Amino acid sequence: MSHTHDHEHAPPRPDLDDTMTYYRVMEEAVRSLLIEKGIVTADEVRREVENMDARTPANGAQVVARAWVDPDFREQLVANPKQAIGEIGHDIGPMHLVVLENTPAVHNVVVCTLCSCYPRWLLGRPPDWYKSRAYRSRVVREPRAVLREFGTEIADDREVRVHDSTADMRYLVLPLRPDGTDGLSEAELAALVGRDSMIGVTEVAPPLRA
Amino acid sequence: MSRFAVGDRVRVHDLWPPTPPTHVRTPHYVRGHEGVVERICGTFGNPEELAFGRRDAPRETLYRVRFRQADLWPGYDGSAADHIEIEIYEFWLSPAGQ
Amino acid sequence: MGGLEAGAIDREMHDYALWERRVDALMMLLSGPRRIMTVDQLRKGIEALPPDAYDSMTYYERWIASLTNALLDAGVLTTEELGARMAEVSARGPEAE
Repeated sequence: MSHTHDHEHAPPRPDLDDTMTYYRVMEEAVRSLLIEKGIVTADEVRREVENMDARTPANGAQVVARAWVDPDFREQLVANPKQAIGEIGHDIGPMHLVVLENTPAVHNVVVCTLCSCYPRWLLGRPPDWYKSRAYRSRVVREPRAVLREFGTEIADDREVRVHDSTADMRYLVLPLRPDGTDGLSEAELAALVGRDSMIGVTEVAPPLRA
Repeated sequence: MSRFAVGDRVRVHDLWPPTPPTHVRTPHYVRGHEGVVERICGTFGNPEELAFGRRDAPRETLYRVRFRQADLWPGYDGSAADHIEIEIYEFWLSPAGQ
Repeated sequence: MGGLEAGAIDREMHDYALWERRVDALMMLLSGPRRIMTVDQLRKGIEALPPDAYDSMTYYERWIASLTNALLDAGVLTTEELGARMAEVSARGPEAE
């Protein structure tokens, strides 16, 4: 891997959907051959695409909001994530999930330095930056500087705990419930929870006051 | 039966280049360092065999090991309390001090 | 990659094109229910790409390149049929969706 680049991103790419690049041609050729050989069907591929499209950070936000309002659920979520998440209607498939609870003493943040492991069975496909060389290289070595770039300042006396998703486990951060949310419904709480807070690069901000 | 228990101090091997050359799931930055077993994750197929498409790869115990950031990075710019936790297969680990 | 020097994190997002989502879907099917290849094979293949692949190829371009190599290695596809099919697809242009 080249170490001479001082920034990571390629020039902006146009939407490739109407351009037949070499690798797009390869995808179509491979897929059509696999279908002809009876290894996959076109329907299965379509369903798989749709199923993954349907997994979004909103699913994770529901889980977080429930954990904030229901201490029993929270306990079960940490002890047995698959079962707890299943009870609110989300099947996390074959994923071995670890739920990382943020506390006043510990802030958790997740990365995969070896590839791009991500709790995709709950949150969908990872954001581009999560897969970037810059994030993967830096967050293990200078997590506080990376968090600052995301606008997150962690107090000096609070531990920052990085989790490198190097093998078979996947990680979901359970952020702290923000102050000023006592009167909110579970759905209103879920609406506050964004993807980045469940990766741990941000905290959940309190609702804006009118 | 797993070789290490939660709380044990362990050392990560520092084998490079790997023999034979393969795909490994132990990042460079923890190799040769000592940490503490945080949990035992269970057993999973050895990724270094799975990388060659061996579906029947032997199962290996997987641990999560906690390292002090200040031990991994010279001049680490953060709190002394900061840690990193990563998953490591048993065959990459020895008791600390060995 | 962990710990190497790198610059600021680009937080620009792009929507995945349909062909990219299909690469993802093929990998899920081949590594899951079909048991044709493993995720670790995909990763090994990506690591074996040329050193500049990380900068010159997009994420799912690396995936399809590695996935295709694994299918060739396993004898699921031959280079001959793949080459012929790629030539056909190139000549025809994008399929109707």
